[in-house]
Amino acid sequence: MDNWFELRFPALSVNEGFSRSVAAAFSCLLKDWTVPEIKEITTSVSEAVTNAVIHGYDDGYGVVILRGKMFQGSLVLEIEDMGKGIANIAEAREPLFTTKAAAERTGMGFSVMEGLMDEVEVMSTPGQGTTVRLIKHLVTELS
Amino acid sequence: MEVATRYRGHVLIVGIKGELDHHTAPVLRTAIEQELDKDIASHILLNLADLEFMDSSGLGVILGRYRRISGSGGQMAAFGLHGHIARVFELVGLPKILSVYDSEEAALAAMKRI
Repeated sequence: MDNWFELRFPALSVNEGFSRSVAAAFSCLLKDWTVPEIKEITTSVSEAVTNAVIHGYDDGYGVVILRGKMFQGSLVLEIEDMGKGIANIAEAREPLFTTKAAAERTGMGFSVMEGLMDEVEVMSTPGQGTTVRLIKHLVTELS
Repeated sequence: MEVATRYRGHVLIVGIKGELDHHTAPVLRTAIEQELDKDIASHILLNLADLEFMDSSGLGVILGRYRRISGSGGQMAAFGLHGHIARVFELVGLPKILSVYDSEEAALAAMKRI
């Protein structure tokens, strides 16, 4: 059965851990994931929520929306902010690209998400915000 | 997250327990910086056996301390990597920068040869 949730919280760094816990709890309604699989999901959510806090809102006030969906055999997690948006998404997804090197940001957030999830989609409009969609397929094709 | 620091000779051993993310990164950054300011440590050895979670924000704080210790001719190494932490290390290419060992003793023996 399809299932979903939507959660809104302020863009506070303490909510990065909170969002990981929520994502893990929701994912476990789907199936018995292995511990490494759960870590892949929570790490990716952590990267996206951290990006919303640091880049979307520049560590200022804002609201982050975390959505989870079970859809056609896939787990879909969406992290949305209504912050400043990304002008060049392809550039932002490049490994080591960062606009905040002085703050010890490494530019590896999207690379980590792409390495751990089956699909990563980024939608953004400058001045309006960013949505990151993380997808994990429940059934992997047998090789 | 909890950070415990101690010395074996001139090697600063930093034990990290719990979850290292953007929220907790300042705790680790401050703990190591305070020790380095004492001018005792020549090298840094990270004990990650009790680290339960790390994302790329953790990478940032580790790389920042690596730059400081390597800038003064020192080395940074780690031991106790496991499961998820080892996976994140590999994803972000950290093993190319830090030497990874199986145990504290193995790390210290290798670092003495440097």
